[in-house]
Amino acid sequence: MSDPGHPSAPSSARPAVLRAASLWLPAGHSWRRLPMIGWVLAAVGLGGSAALGLASEAARRQLWHSWLVGTLFVLSIALGGLFFVLVQHATQAGWSVVVRRIAENAMATLPFVAALLFVPLLFGMGDLFHWSHAEAVKGDSLLIHKQPYLNVKFFVLRTVMYFAIWWALAFWFGRLSRLQDATGDHELTRRMRRASPPGLILFGLSVTFFAFDWLMSLSPEWYSTIFGLYFFAGSAMAFFAFLALVVIAARRTGLLAEVLSDEHQHDIGKFLLTFVAFWAYMAFSQYLLIWYANLPEETVFFAHRIVGSWRAASAVLALGHFVVPFFFLLPRSVKRNATALAGASIGLLAMHLLDLYWLVMPNLHPAGMVPSLLDATALIGCCGVFLAAFGGALKRQALVPLRDPRLPESLIFENV
Amino acid sequence: MAGLKGILRGILRPSLPPGELFGALAEFATPAELYHACEGVRDAGYTRWDAHTPFPVHGLDRAMGLKASRLPWVVLVMALGGAATGMGLQGWVSTIAYPLVISGKPFFSWPAFIPVTFELGVLGGAVGAVFGMFAFNQLPTLHHPLFASTRFERASDDGFFISIESWDPRFDADRTVDLLRRLGAKEVELVPSFSEPAKPGDATTRATP
Repeated sequence: MSDPGHPSAPSSARPAVLRAASLWLPAGHSWRRLPMIGWVLAAVGLGGSAALGLASEAARRQLWHSWLVGTLFVLSIALGGLFFVLVQHATQAGWSVVVRRIAENAMATLPFVAALLFVPLLFGMGDLFHWSHAEAVKGDSLLIHKQPYLNVKFFVLRTVMYFAIWWALAFWFGRLSRLQDATGDHELTRRMRRASPPGLILFGLSVTFFAFDWLMSLSPEWYSTIFGLYFFAGSAMAFFAFLALVVIAARRTGLLAEVLSDEHQHDIGKFLLTFVAFWAYMAFSQYLLIWYANLPEETVFFAHRIVGSWRAASAVLALGHFVVPFFFLLPRSVKRNATALAGASIGLLAMHLLDLYWLVMPNLHPAGMVPSLLDATALIGCCGVFLAAFGGALKRQALVPLRDPRLPESLIFENV
Repeated sequence: MAGLKGILRGILRPSLPPGELFGALAEFATPAELYHACEGVRDAGYTRWDAHTPFPVHGLDRAMGLKASRLPWVVLVMALGGAATGMGLQGWVSTIAYPLVISGKPFFSWPAFIPVTFELGVLGGAVGAVFGMFAFNQLPTLHHPLFASTRFERASDDGFFISIESWDPRFDADRTVDLLRRLGAKEVELVPSFSEPAKPGDATTRATP
């Protein structure tokens, strides 16, 4: 499958012909058990959460906040996958074809996340969102002013719209990609390219308003126009950490040995570094403007996050979500070293989780962090749902877009 | 004035070790042949040599046995230096040189200094990358002995070349030319250190038979 016209190194060790069997998840491979493991985790985690959460009113409030953190964690990775697929098509990227199917499988989890994790959350709205109570709105002129936007009916309608947009994009791009596996039709690549820029616009708007609705409105008096980008930056970073882990784990377990190389891993590492920096840029831009203007209705967000142990969490985020990983990921050798990149990815996923926890939980525990068993069970349950859906998608289709016209370019890709 | 003249002369004519011979120049027909020839030259133990291609050939640095570039370190130091300058200058102005209370904030209000610190860091890194690359490549060099070869003009069109410099410890005119021929060179020539620049249409200089 090598391209004779390409001026690449002729000494490439990769074979000219790929074995079809090596492009599917082989029978007996440990990843075939992912859906089963995922559903067990989901049942145990979500069932345990429900059992624990029904114990008392305080536990119920904790349940919905923990559930929201866990749900946003897996949703952000799925959304990152959708973003990656859209960008690769919009830019006609060649290098990424061999990892695009992994992103397509990640975005294929969106309907599961919506049905199993977001639908229950709608029942927790009363515990999550202060503004959803009519008596709370009555005495608050700001909430009365925002009521045409912030009311339960419109909120639910918007949430349905966001998921409809994401599901439609994920379904359409996934379907055309699979169709190309069967037909090899190059026109499909052109159609996906033409659809991706409008798709990106829809994605950007829907993610922005989703973040406004589900995170910013937790404290409805507060607002920040950059907040949508802040959530997006963390999500994209989390996805690249996830992608790096999947690629490294695949190579360790002998999957796609002839396909994935240090070169692809290196590029994913570059993206990871980029989004570490981009998240910091967004986070600091938000902080700088609020700090400089010093208006009480804006500073309240940070005032709540320098109280008690939240202060330590804020410091850990600044260091662990930016300073340390930024300098750690700078050298070329780190991005090409599987162990180092996997370690950085695990650390950054943990930081992303802390970031979401830091966004949600001060509304429930204003005095400081209060770890709860429900945080763990809800997270396990949400990750279980994601793993099950992701593993199911892995089994259903080839591990790479088999007949993408740029697959040969991707196979022999090298960083200059 | 003498100093300026010396600098100009250095730019116009790179300082070369003494000797009449600059080295051997070999042309290869394809990138693949060049790639394998580079491996051969590398394995023969040559250290002062270069490859010339009209476009980047992936993996050629490995075939040539080049070590990792030192440029990233220059960029890192320049970027950190730029950032330190930005923060230091603003901090010094705001606390020592001209302390001024601005919207009731402390004199050393570091968050307000971050944008300039960041931009100067980017500027330092960019300047380090461009001029560090110039320095490592010894640019600008307005003349080079290889320009004496008319064939070498095709290095910017469709020619693939290896040049081995005569002051390489392993260089020996006969044996080096022999090695390059054995590695599949289409043509090999010896290039003099000093010559008038070739004019278009001149016969190739001193082609070996």
